Amino acid sequence: MNRFEYIRPATVADAIAALNEPAARALAGGTNLVDLMKYDVAQPSRLVDINRLPLKSIEITPSGALRIGALVTNTDLAWHRDVREKWPILSSAILAGASPQLRNAATAGGNLMQRTRCYYFYDPSTACNKRQPGSGCSAIGGVNRIHAILGASDSCIAVHPSDMCVAMAALDASVEVEGPDGKRSIPMSGFHRLTGGEPERDNTLKGGELITSIIIPKPDFGAHHTYLKIRDRLSYAFALISVAAALRVEEGIIQDVRIALGGVAHKPWRDFDAEKSLKGERVGTQSFTQVADFILRDAKGQGDNDFKIELARRAIVRALEQAAAGTPQDQADKSLY
Amino acid sequence: MNQIPHHPQIPIFLTINGTLHELKVEPWVTLLDLLRERLSLTGTKKGCDQGQCGACTVLVDGKRVNSCLALAVSRDGAEITTIEGLAENGELHSLQVAFIERDAFQCGYCTPGQICSAAGLLAEGHTRSRAEIREHMSGNLCRCGAYTNIADAVEDVLMPRIAAKEAAE
Amino acid sequence: MSVGEITHIGRPTNRVDGKLKVTGQAHYAAEYPADDLLYGYIVGSTTAAGRIAAMDLDAARQFPGVVEIFTHENRSKAAWLDRSWRDEVAPPGHPFRPLNSDRILFDGQPVALIVAETFEAARDAGSLVRIAYDVDAHCTELEAKRAEAYVPPKKRSGIPPPPDPRGDAEQAFQDAPVKISRDYRINAEHHNPMEMFATTCVFEGDGKLTIYDKTQGSQNAQGYVTSVFGLRSKDVRLVNQYVGGAFGAGLRPQHQLFFAVMASLELERSVRVSLTRAQMFHIGYRPDSYHTVSLAADRDGRLQSIMHDAVASTSHYEDYQEAVVNWSGMMYHCDNVKLTYQLAKLDTATPCDMRAPGAAIGVTALECALDELSYELGIGPLEIRRINFASKDENTNKQFTSKALLECYSEGAAAFGWEKRSPKPRAMKEGRELIGWGVSTGMWDAFLQKAQATATLKVDGTLEVATAASDIGTGTWTILTQIGAEAFGLPLEDVQARIGDSTLPMSPVEGGSWTAASNGSAVQAACEAVKHSLFKQARKMANSPLADASFEDVEVRDRRIFRKDDPARGLSVFEVMHAAELTEITEQGKVSPNLRQMLKYISYTNSAVFAEVRVDEDLGVVRVTRVVCAAAAGKILNPKTARSQILGGVVMGIGMALHEEAMTDHRLGKIMNANLGEYHVPAHADIEDIEVIFVDEKDDKVSPLGVKGLGEIGIVGTASAVANAIFHATGVRVRDFPITIDKILNAPRPS
Repeated sequence: MNRFEYIRPATVADAIAALNEPAARALAGGTNLVDLMKYDVAQPSRLVDINRLPLKSIEITPSGALRIGALVTNTDLAWHRDVREKWPILSSAILAGASPQLRNAATAGGNLMQRTRCYYFYDPSTACNKRQPGSGCSAIGGVNRIHAILGASDSCIAVHPSDMCVAMAALDASVEVEGPDGKRSIPMSGFHRLTGGEPERDNTLKGGELITSIIIPKPDFGAHHTYLKIRDRLSYAFALISVAAALRVEEGIIQDVRIALGGVAHKPWRDFDAEKSLKGERVGTQSFTQVADFILRDAKGQGDNDFKIELARRAIVRALEQAAAGTPQDQADKSLY
Repeated sequence: MNQIPHHPQIPIFLTINGTLHELKVEPWVTLLDLLRERLSLTGTKKGCDQGQCGACTVLVDGKRVNSCLALAVSRDGAEITTIEGLAENGELHSLQVAFIERDAFQCGYCTPGQICSAAGLLAEGHTRSRAEIREHMSGNLCRCGAYTNIADAVEDVLMPRIAAKEAAE
Repeated sequence: MSVGEITHIGRPTNRVDGKLKVTGQAHYAAEYPADDLLYGYIVGSTTAAGRIAAMDLDAARQFPGVVEIFTHENRSKAAWLDRSWRDEVAPPGHPFRPLNSDRILFDGQPVALIVAETFEAARDAGSLVRIAYDVDAHCTELEAKRAEAYVPPKKRSGIPPPPDPRGDAEQAFQDAPVKISRDYRINAEHHNPMEMFATTCVFEGDGKLTIYDKTQGSQNAQGYVTSVFGLRSKDVRLVNQYVGGAFGAGLRPQHQLFFAVMASLELERSVRVSLTRAQMFHIGYRPDSYHTVSLAADRDGRLQSIMHDAVASTSHYEDYQEAVVNWSGMMYHCDNVKLTYQLAKLDTATPCDMRAPGAAIGVTALECALDELSYELGIGPLEIRRINFASKDENTNKQFTSKALLECYSEGAAAFGWEKRSPKPRAMKEGRELIGWGVSTGMWDAFLQKAQATATLKVDGTLEVATAASDIGTGTWTILTQIGAEAFGLPLEDVQARIGDSTLPMSPVEGGSWTAASNGSAVQAACEAVKHSLFKQARKMANSPLADASFEDVEVRDRRIFRKDDPARGLSVFEVMHAAELTEITEQGKVSPNLRQMLKYISYTNSAVFAEVRVDEDLGVVRVTRVVCAAAAGKILNPKTARSQILGGVVMGIGMALHEEAMTDHRLGKIMNANLGEYHVPAHADIEDIEVIFVDEKDDKVSPLGVKGLGEIGIVGTASAVANAIFHATGVRVRDFPITIDKILNAPRPS
């Protein structure tokens, strides 16, 4: 951990000013940043402690959308009565992640910002284009069980590890940010990036921008949703594959569908063409399998993670079946429905 | 990058087990190391220093968190309860009694974290079954494998409380 | 009922160290205060083989708070001969010497120690150390080295090599009507106790050190320190009263001990060094292993041939050995047996005994193979084990001192409901999950080691028992207290055990499940000796009511010594000692293996493990939903702590079956999942019902106490029971551990 300056701004404007410097980082719950600093992966020269900022409320907007302050803890968000009732897939996804201790400290904004768990990213003695552009990607040809099968590049095959983000992606969330150039709203699908030629950039935030809240529109899926997470042990582990699936069905015909995948790419994976292709189809294994095949049409394994392709296929089908049946996976129940 | 900042020590207040401490701490010191190395409160344990095992679990403003990932300065003003503060007036907390009775520990190293975590679990009020106990305690690893007895101990304390609450309603 | 009527032996007893542990008052090695304490932080190499070419320590040296940096260039003088570095548990070879030279033998090898005024300063200066390496080719992949596997020329003390072949296993295999030959692989595992290795070395001045160390043997560690640094034994006291788990990793001194003592001696200050969790992956581990097991039987299921060949990894500098294949020659009756065991050298640290070393892997392979054979035969897997019951150790032709294995099978099966099992795989399903039931036999050594203890009866009637044993979660504090309390008919509160200190009477390392039997028996012997002395004093007293009694006529209980046939005729302990002008009576007790008996007899703990799994075959997810472990372990001193030992072993066995593997990038020679987030040990949610049964077994030969030890038997056979259950559920056999999701998904489907 390097030596750094510690600042505690009282207002969002002060925070933005303090963050407007390349090696400054915002400190909220610290559950990812402090960890990265201990590994010397993150080495901010200035830590801007934003925990005093007034970004802690959860409210329902006049249009019935959910507005989540960036500093709302994962626990508070997951157990909020309105969230449990109206955005249950979000609650379920959050509760599938990490541990209660981590959820009590981690914030919504921090969860969006969390970095990959790639073993090489975390080990500064290895080559990593994300840490050091141009140095190479050790995961390619290396131990890559937990790495990407979709949207990867020659320079980086890392995966975004969040559960919350997968549900938010499925729900068409948008991220409200404020920066030196003012406020803007970034749709969830445009917040996290694929690596392309710049693996060092996880998201589309500009310098000095601070996440202030996340907006989630009013959903319309009733009980037809699920968050299904498959991992190497039954709890306290990152996803090999996760699926956030939600359906609106009328008389057996799919009216609306959301499918977002975790554990497969540098960002939560939503294939809008795939979702479109499912609209108007009949609920059932056949259409579910077809859409899974479609979503995974360009899937590419890296060796250790080849199995993820078939696993993802089956997990998508299973998740859609759960959603169709209105039996969302209970995260404490380890038999998968 | 490694220039020494102007004010390396930050004054903070922490109430720990009911006692107010006025401290001067470097910003890079975690709550865990502050407790163990500077305040001689070694009851809270370091199992990984990375938030991956739960041995360092304490209660911050009543909520269970991994103290290894909390920079002490960022918890300025908080009320902290560690394992040393769970017993009241010399009487063991019901969880501590249950853990002894159920042999819910072997080497004892994960134990303070397990107990503080269970105390947090009780306060959260979201746990109603053994399956939920196991899931909601999964942030605390036990390499000695005392999980069965830990779940028993937590059940011993939790279930009567649930029953009492239901009776009252 | 007077307190004297309570018997402590055999009674479920709460741990006497329980209150300290649940209140956070028990101190572990890194938790002892010392004035002017310095902190040491180890910097490890980032290459697996080669030499240090250049070191740039300037930035680290100048970091605020740094006091000194030790490297191979300025390491203090230490012993010259290998012999001085070789601890009690060291295998043949050259013991590792930290900072000995510029040569790198494994990834993460300590190459520098930063010593600073605070932990943060030491750690953060550490990340400023810049080291360039001349990198050599390395090999960390056992598969690549199998062709070069060899039989270790020098055997490891205490580890029997595979027995000579008996009969003609190859021919019998050819001739038998039913046979299988299968390959198994078990991935390397890491102990990962919750407490990281740590040492606080307190510099007392005057050449004296008090060392608080995380170790399984205070005397082994103390001996290492004195011999490596040339110190006088009486100047070094090593304390390990509370140890946060070890599972074998603490049998040998780990390098933080060397570093803390070296720095302390050089700087003449107290020093604390703790390994990080990542560094816990750069020390000893359970070796990687490949097994080929060939079994043949007649149509009635009687084994005609057993062949087991195993290859396991070791380092380049020591030949680490375990008894891996020996179990296959003694678990079942068979006249034709051929066993081989070889090592292959990898560029890693030397492996280190990990819970049931050798058996945890060897028995897993054998028990999976036997399960496979049972299906070939159409004979139930429990039945085939009964049919082939071995009533003596056919490796040595010695008699077992006891073996209630058949009772383990029947009691375990009854508790599990095994009779309801349908013989064919894929017969049980619930929801999306296939249900399977598997069984395995377990076996582990029941050793007696040399040990000594003292017992001290005080004038107020309270007792102290002492021996340099350790409690690594095993319950030593409690069982020794129970033994003392039982001997003198005292309540537990009146007995103080003293352990975890190298100055106490001689004790072997805490391992091999032998502590209860060995140190327990020594404590009991010491108590007997005290009672004899007390009796002698009691008889000598003027007008003694015991003047014409013999020792067999009297009892000591409730702080009195009295005639059994007339309890009123007796004296209080106080009276006796007061009359003799004694404040206490201290006597020694010893125990050592009965070498004569060992010519004819041999002792093992036996078990049967039954496991239920539920497999979501579509998604590859496996849950272990029920386990019954029935163990025959002689006398159970404390059913409460004994049960916990078994539970812990079973949990670790589930980890071996489903979760644990060190993921090495062989290009880099580096373990990539060197943390608890990616090296998966079972979590709460992974563990459902585990039932433990202790079957009745009396054994008056295994140890004076009749005790066998339970620390390790729980893991033996558990992984195979789970694997066998997975087959029963799915019809899919996975022979590569851990059985992770991909292996279920990729396994060929049954036709």
